[in-house]
Amino acid sequence: MSSPLTRRKFLISTAAAATSAWLLSACGGGGDSGGGSTPAAAASQIPQADIDKAMDTPTTLTFWTWVPDITNEVKLFTTKYPKMKVNVVNVGQGAPHYQKLRTAIQSGQGAPDVAQVEFQFINSFTLGDGSLLDLTPYAPATLKTSYPDWVWSQVNTNGGLWGIPQDTGPMGLLYRDDLLSAAGIEPPKTYDDFASAAATYRTKNPKNYLVNVAPNQPGQIVAYLWQAGVRPFAFDGKQTVTIDLASDEAKKVVKFWGDLVTSGGASNDADFNDTWYQGLNSGKWATLPIAAWGPVFLSGSAPKTSGKWRAADLPQWDASKAVSSNWGGSTDAVLKLSKNQIAASQLALFINTDKQSALQFATKQYLFPALNEVLEDPAFVDQKSDFYGGQKVNEKFAQISKTVSPDFGWLPFMDYVYTNFNETLGKAFADKTDAVAGLQAWQDASVKYAKDQGFTVS
Amino acid sequence: MSTAVENAPSVDSASRRPRVTAAKRRQYGAAYALVLPFFVIFLAMIIVPLFYSGYLSFFKKQLIGGVRFAGFTNYTRALTAPLFLSGVARMAVFLVLQVPFMLAMSLIFALALDSGMMRLARFSRLAIFIPYAVPGVVATLMWGYLYGPDFGPFAQITNALGFGPPPFFTSTGMLFSIMNMVNWAFIGYNMILIYAALRSIPGELYEAARVDGASEIRIAWSIKIPAIRPALLLTIIFSVIGTFQLFTEPKLMFNLAPNVIGTAWTPNLYAYNIAFVNQDANYAAALAFLLGIVIVIVSYIVQLSAQRKERRS
Repeated sequence: MSSPLTRRKFLISTAAAATSAWLLSACGGGGDSGGGSTPAAAASQIPQADIDKAMDTPTTLTFWTWVPDITNEVKLFTTKYPKMKVNVVNVGQGAPHYQKLRTAIQSGQGAPDVAQVEFQFINSFTLGDGSLLDLTPYAPATLKTSYPDWVWSQVNTNGGLWGIPQDTGPMGLLYRDDLLSAAGIEPPKTYDDFASAAATYRTKNPKNYLVNVAPNQPGQIVAYLWQAGVRPFAFDGKQTVTIDLASDEAKKVVKFWGDLVTSGGASNDADFNDTWYQGLNSGKWATLPIAAWGPVFLSGSAPKTSGKWRAADLPQWDASKAVSSNWGGSTDAVLKLSKNQIAASQLALFINTDKQSALQFATKQYLFPALNEVLEDPAFVDQKSDFYGGQKVNEKFAQISKTVSPDFGWLPFMDYVYTNFNETLGKAFADKTDAVAGLQAWQDASVKYAKDQGFTVS
Repeated sequence: MSTAVENAPSVDSASRRPRVTAAKRRQYGAAYALVLPFFVIFLAMIIVPLFYSGYLSFFKKQLIGGVRFAGFTNYTRALTAPLFLSGVARMAVFLVLQVPFMLAMSLIFALALDSGMMRLARFSRLAIFIPYAVPGVVATLMWGYLYGPDFGPFAQITNALGFGPPPFFTSTGMLFSIMNMVNWAFIGYNMILIYAALRSIPGELYEAARVDGASEIRIAWSIKIPAIRPALLLTIIFSVIGTFQLFTEPKLMFNLAPNVIGTAWTPNLYAYNIAFVNQDANYAAALAFLLGIVIVIVSYIVQLSAQRKERRS
C-alpha cells in the first residue's frame, strides 16, 4: 500500500487513542492545590463592621447554580447591596455541575464564589483540606433555630457550617384517590397495610400496580432506609468512614421492597424517563412515594391526572409514630478559593434567609423550603392545589418536614455509592433476584472503594 | 511533509538555479503556512493531552493520601478488571456482528445509487443519509419510544398478541438494540463515503466491460469494488475505531435501561465513569491508553489482511 495511506492510518490510530485520552485530561490534575485561605479552626464571629465594609465595596461574585429563575432572588440581594454584582452561571445540574466544580477547585482557578451543593455532596467537598468555607463566623449565632433540627444536622457537621440550606425534600406518599377508592383500598398507614394493599390492588387491576420500585433511584431507597432509622453512612471529616448498608434494619427495609418486586406486587421500571412519565399519565401506578418537590413536579409531568392525586404521610414501620426522611434538597456553599469570602457568604445567607427571598423560592420557583419561617407562613402553607383536588399540599409536607428524623450522615463519595447501586441492589430489583444479596453487594463494593481510596473503614 | 524537506534543494543548487529556488521556496512557504493551523491544533488538542494523560496514567491519586507514582499498576489493574475486559469483549462481538452488515448495506446502497438505474436516486441518497444528521437527543427520544416496553409500537403489537413486550432492553437484547441504532445512523454515512469513491472511477473503465457484454453485477464485482478498495478500507478502519469508541448510544440508552447498561457497557463508558464518578483520572487515563492500543492493533490487523489480499490478487 502507498505510503500516504500508511501515514494516514497512523494518524487515525493515534487520533483514536487520543480522543479517549483527551476527555480525561480535561479533568486531570496532578497535585492538590488546596484552597489558600486561613484555616477556620477557632472560628470567631466576623465583626459586623467588617461585613458592612465588605458589602459597601464594589465586588463581583460568581454564583454557580442550576435553580431556574434564581436571578430574581439575586436581584433582591443586589438591590439591598447596590455595590454587589453577581454573575449567575448554570454549568449543569447534578453530576456535570460537580465535575466542573471539582475541576475548577483542582486547577485553583475559575471556581465560583458561591455554588449550589446538595446535602449528600457536602462531605465530598470538605474532604482533606476542604474546599468549602466554614460559614460559622459569617452567620448569625441564632441561625440554627431558623431551621428544623434535621436540616441543621445536614449542613452543620464535623464542627463547621458548610452551606446555607435552600430547599429540602421530606418524603411523603402521593396517591391516586380515584384509583384507590375504586379498588376499595384506604391509603395505607403502615408498611404491612401497604404490602397487602399492593397485592389486593394487583388482583383488581392486573395491568397496573400500587407502586413502582425504581432500580435506578438510590436516593429513594436511601430515604426508605433513613425513615426506618438506618444510619448507613458516617464520615469523621478526616479519613474515617462508616459504611453499614447491610445492617439488620436495612435488610428488613430492602427485603420489603424486594419482596414486593419478586412477588409481582410492585413494578420495577426505571424512573424519570419518558416511559415512566407516560406511566404516571396513564395511571400505571396508584401511589408515588416521593419527596416534597414531587407534588409540583408531578403536576407538570402528568397533567392528564389533574385533580385525582392526594398527599399523605409515608407508610410507617411503627404505627404509633409518624417518622419521615428526606430525599434531595440543596444548599448554597461558599468556596475557600473565593477572594470575596464575606460578600460571598452574605449572598448565600441573604437569598436563603431573607424572608422575602426565601418565600419567593417557595411560592414562585416551588422549591420546598428549609426555613421554619417559610414552612409556617400562611402564604405558603395555605396554598390550595387543584391538581390535588384542592388539598393544601404544602401544609401536609410542612407537617411532614417536622417528622424527619435528624442526624443522617453521608459519605464523602456518594457519587460512587449511588452509581454502584445500579449494578448491585438496583440490579437485583431490575432482575427480580434476591434484594438482600444485592444490598450486601452494594455494601461490599462501597467498602472496597473506600479502602482503595485510602479511607479507614470502621 | 518529510518528503518536502528531503526534496528541498541545497544551498549549492540554489546558487546554480536561482529562479526555480525562489519560486519553490515561495511554494514551500505557502505549504507550511497552510498546514500550520492544523498542526497547532493537532499539537494542542491531540499530542499534548496524549502525553499528559500518558503521564497521568503512571500515578495513583487517592481521595485520602494524595498522589504517588504507581508505575504500571493502573495498567495491570485494567488488564485484570472484569468490567473493562467484558466491555472490550462485548465490543469485539459488536465488531464482528455489526460492522460487516453495516458496510455491506452501505456498499449495496452506494452501488445501487451509482448504477444510475434507480428512480428518486437523489431523494434516496438524502433519506439514507439523514439519520446521521439527527441530533443524539432527538434520536434517544425516538428510539426510547420505539423500543418502549409499555407504549412503543412494537410492544403494543406484541402485547396485543399476548407475547409481552419484546426484549429490547434485556442484557442480550440491548446489544442488538444498539447495533440497530448504529446501523440506522451510520449506513448512510458510510454509503456517502463509498458513493463518492464510486463517482471518481473513470467511466471508460466500465464502458469497455459493457462492450464486452458484462452485466451490471459483474461490473460492480470486478471493476467497481476493486477500484474503491482504498475507500472501503477507510470505512472499515473508521468503523473499527468507532465500535471500540462507542459511547453516545449506550450513554443515551442508560436512562431507559440503567441496570443493563451499568457503568461499563463499553470500555469508553467505563473510562468515563472511572474518571468522573470514581474521580480516578489516573486509572481512567490508563484505560484510555489500553483502549487506544487495542484499537491500533485491531486496525493494523485489518489493514494487514487487506494488504495481503491485494498482493494476492
